[in-house]
Amino acid sequence: MITAGIDMGSRTVKVVFLEELNVAGAPQLKWGVKGKHIMFPDELDMDVAAEKAFADGMLAAGITRDQVSYVVSTGAGRKQVKFATGDVTEVSAGARGAVFMCPTAQTVVDVGAEEGRGVKANAEGKVVDFAGNEKCAAGAGAFAESMARALQMNLKEFGEASLRSERTIPMNAQCTVFAESEVVSLIHSATPKEDIAKSVLDAVASRVCAMVRRVGIEGDVILIGGMVNNPGFVKSLKTSLGIAHINLPDMPEYISALGAALIAADSKT
Amino acid sequence: MTAGEKKEYWRWEESCWVDESKSWRDAKIVTAGIDVGSVSSQAVVCVDGELYGFNSMRTGNNSPDSATNALKGVLEKSGMKLEDITYVIGTGYGRVNVPFAHKAITEIACHARGANYMAGPSVRTILDMGGQDCKAIHCDEKGKVTNFLMNDKCAAGTGRGMEVIADLMQIPIAELGDRSFDVDVEPAAVSSTCVVFAKSEALGLLKSGYTKNKVIAAYCQAMAERVVSLIERIGVENDFFITGGIAKNPGVVRRIEKLLGTTAAKTKYDSQIAGALGAALFGFTLMQKQAAKAA
Amino acid sequence: MIANYGYKDGSGEYYISIDTDKCIDCAAGRACLTACPKQMFETLTDDYDDEVVWIKQASRRSLAYECADCKPSGGYTSLPCMTACTPGALKHSW
Repeated sequence: MITAGIDMGSRTVKVVFLEELNVAGAPQLKWGVKGKHIMFPDELDMDVAAEKAFADGMLAAGITRDQVSYVVSTGAGRKQVKFATGDVTEVSAGARGAVFMCPTAQTVVDVGAEEGRGVKANAEGKVVDFAGNEKCAAGAGAFAESMARALQMNLKEFGEASLRSERTIPMNAQCTVFAESEVVSLIHSATPKEDIAKSVLDAVASRVCAMVRRVGIEGDVILIGGMVNNPGFVKSLKTSLGIAHINLPDMPEYISALGAALIAADSKT
Repeated sequence: MTAGEKKEYWRWEESCWVDESKSWRDAKIVTAGIDVGSVSSQAVVCVDGELYGFNSMRTGNNSPDSATNALKGVLEKSGMKLEDITYVIGTGYGRVNVPFAHKAITEIACHARGANYMAGPSVRTILDMGGQDCKAIHCDEKGKVTNFLMNDKCAAGTGRGMEVIADLMQIPIAELGDRSFDVDVEPAAVSSTCVVFAKSEALGLLKSGYTKNKVIAAYCQAMAERVVSLIERIGVENDFFITGGIAKNPGVVRRIEKLLGTTAAKTKYDSQIAGALGAALFGFTLMQKQAAKAA
Repeated sequence: MIANYGYKDGSGEYYISIDTDKCIDCAAGRACLTACPKQMFETLTDDYDDEVVWIKQASRRSLAYECADCKPSGGYTSLPCMTACTPGALKHSW
């Protein structure tokens, strides 16, 4: 029995297929991420993009539509997935997926392109509390992306550059648009790119951290979402939170989709 | 943001004016107000409490230089020298950096005072849409502030927000307003809370077949909605007056008026000088008080 | 005069309002200055030559984050600044 989770993010679609294996009477979930990460093609609407991602995913996984029992959608565009059997918020999906990957985690930090949030979860991956800064690009990945562009680097180079700096320059601007000009004037005044990169990532980390502290930091902390791939951000976040260790799952962008697939499997039992 | 050959769509017209019919040489008190904003700077000279001249230009990289250059425009046009000015007040974001100012006063108080002069003592609510901020101010019949709200965190509802769309559409900023009315049907607004999201929504609309004018209309509507939500926090009491650069954009102004169900007061003066004018008037009152004490 | 410091962005409206009429001749000995764990408040002489309190420039643009520690998502019963201000000059919009 295969269930599917589809995360309709603001930038990309992620699909996960989950296969349940029975081993010695105890149900186990073997998760094979047959995910598909498509940038929303400009001509496609969300529902068309969902169909396409799903079809491509099934092809890559070597399964057919009739093998998939339940599909749960999540993310900003979750209501546009016509073939979904249900939908859940990305808060729930993220928490469920995160705790599955790291069963000791109680504090989930989810930093996507457009929102940064802190979630407190219980041992079953259910949401106890959450606090986020939605609809403001400055508290999420979009901020780092814009500044990386201003420095003419891709995100990978940007993250690596920030690791080479020891200095933070406090940023006056709290808005992505204003911060771009601030970064440009820092460049004009010959500030090293490494220092700028670090300051930008520190700024996002501190904003995310303020949200996490509102739910309280308890137990192990796990970070999910695309920013896991940015070692500079991870370091800034650890410093902001004041902790030595953050769990970083593999394929972090797929965690919410995984959570949705798990919730789909839960619903059938 | 590269300069050079790239056309600067955000560039708006700078202006310098002096009242040729007045003679400043016979005046008892000449005062000046310098408003150094993050995007534009203005210098206003008042002669015995009456507006005499002003200069409005883009702020450079250096606040003290911007202040000096703004005033220089008026001085050169009138034949005045800095020494002829009795008192100078600095205001705006760069007010502490006006090297020749005697005092600094916040732009909130100055805008209220300036609006009181420009639109009359019946003004009670002022909306100032600046280059990088947005303010809603209540004042009394003397132009004294009774309530205010200032938002300088967010680019939404500010001049910078407008510059972003001018650049995106590759249309000079001064043309945006009129173009926004040249549409077949008034579109829904794009995101009114974040310029970054509004920008990507605008691109999406273009790709889905919207004309440039229609996208501009959607953007102006978003800006109007944003600004109205700000001002409604403290309420609108007539007369209502709009200052700042965006007051020159009918695309936003008319949509604001429609949402509020009121018409903004008119003035014959340049909407961007309210802050500097208020500052110059504050200077005049101060000098009057000093003269009265001495007598 | 009511002075509203803060902002509105995509995630909400965050303003701290100070009623300056209640703030002049503070009966609480400017207790807010020390009560705030982030020390956001400071005294100044305003444009009308009254001694009142305002929020420091640097804090105004990140109020949601600055006040986050005093406003845990689980809820709170009181805020240190509001408790300290016995004349009742302070209000939070969120």
